[in-house]
Amino acid sequence: MEIEKLILAVITTNPSKVPAGSWVFYCENEREMKRVAVNLEAILDGIAHLLTDDVMIIVKH
Amino acid sequence: MSDYMYPVLFGIGSGLIARIIMLRTDYRQYPTYLHGKIIHLALGFIASALGAIAVPALIEENITAITFLTLAASQFREVRNMERNTLEQLDQYELVSRGNTYIEGIAIAFESRNYLVIFTSIITTLSYMFLPIGFSIFIFILCLILSRILMDGGKLKDIVDIVYVQPHFEREGLYVDNIYIMNIGLKERREEVLKYGMGFILKPKSFNARMTIANLGQRQAILHDVSTALGVYRDSGTPAFVPLAKRDLNDGRVAVFILPQERNIKKAIEIIGSTPTLENAIRLPTKRKKEGG
Repeated sequence: MEIEKLILAVITTNPSKVPAGSWVFYCENEREMKRVAVNLEAILDGIAHLLTDDVMIIVKH
Repeated sequence: MSDYMYPVLFGIGSGLIARIIMLRTDYRQYPTYLHGKIIHLALGFIASALGAIAVPALIEENITAITFLTLAASQFREVRNMERNTLEQLDQYELVSRGNTYIEGIAIAFESRNYLVIFTSIITTLSYMFLPIGFSIFIFILCLILSRILMDGGKLKDIVDIVYVQPHFEREGLYVDNIYIMNIGLKERREEVLKYGMGFILKPKSFNARMTIANLGQRQAILHDVSTALGVYRDSGTPAFVPLAKRDLNDGRVAVFILPQERNIKKAIEIIGSTPTLENAIRLPTKRKKEGG
C-alpha cells in the first residue's frame, strides 16, 4: 500500500511533548516556531499544521 | 466511373462533417492544438470512408469486406488508449489534475465519436443510393442532430444546487459552511486563504445525485474545470493552496474550496454547473430492483 501522507518534521516549544529525533525542531518561543514552520513548509513542499498551541507538524500530502 | 462513386463520396463527406461538428475546443482546452485536431480529423476521415465503403461492399455481396469494420473497431480502441496515455502523461504536470475518471471519460468520448461517424456515413450512403437527394440530405441533418444529442452528456447543474459560501476558520480548521476542509497552521497562510479562497456548497437534488457527487473522480473534475476556467492561485510546492472538495457525511452535500485568480462568483457557479457529470461517476442506487418484490 502506498503511504499518502507523511510527517516530515515536528516543530515544538515544549520538549516534553515530543521525543527527540533528527526531524524534531525545538524552539524557544512561539514566534520562532512559526518562523521555522514557514521555512520548513517552503523547503519541504508540505503543509504546516497546528496540532496544539505548542506543537506543529509539516505533512506531505 | 463506378455507380457507387457519388454515394460513397456523399457518405465520406457527411461523416467528416459530423466529426468536425463533434470536434469542439472549449474552456477545457482539449484538443486545442493544431496537431491534435489533425489527428482526430484524419481518424474521422478513415472512419467515414470505412462506413461509406461498407455499404457498396454489402450490396455487391462481398460479405468478407465487412470484416473491415472489426479492424476499424480495434483501430478506434487504439485511439482511446492514445488519448488516455497522452492525458495521463500531461496530468502529472497540471497544477490541478484532471483525475483518471475524467480522463477515461474523455477517452471514451473520442472512441465513441468515431463510431458515430461510421454510423452517419453508413446511413447517408444508404439513403443516397435508395432515396432522392433531398431526402438523403434531410437524413444527414437528422444524423448530425442525433450525434449532437448523443454526445452531450448531463451537466452538474441538472443534479445539484450550487450556493456560494465564504470560507472561514475555526481555530486552525478551514470550513466551508459546516464542512471541514483542512488544517492550516500558519497565520499568514490562513490570511491568504481567506483573501483568495472561495467556497461553494453543492446540494444534491436527489439520492442518485448524492452518490454521483460523492465520487472522487467527479469532484476532481469539478476542481479541474473551475481551476482551468478561473485560474488558480498556487504554484508547485504550495500544497496548502490545493483546491479541495469535501463531503458532509450527514446529508451528502459537497463543499468545494478553490483559490481562483479571478474572483467572480457568478462565473464560478456557472462553470461548476456546466461541469459534465462523468459517465463513470454516475450512480443510480434507486434503480436497483427491490429484492423479492
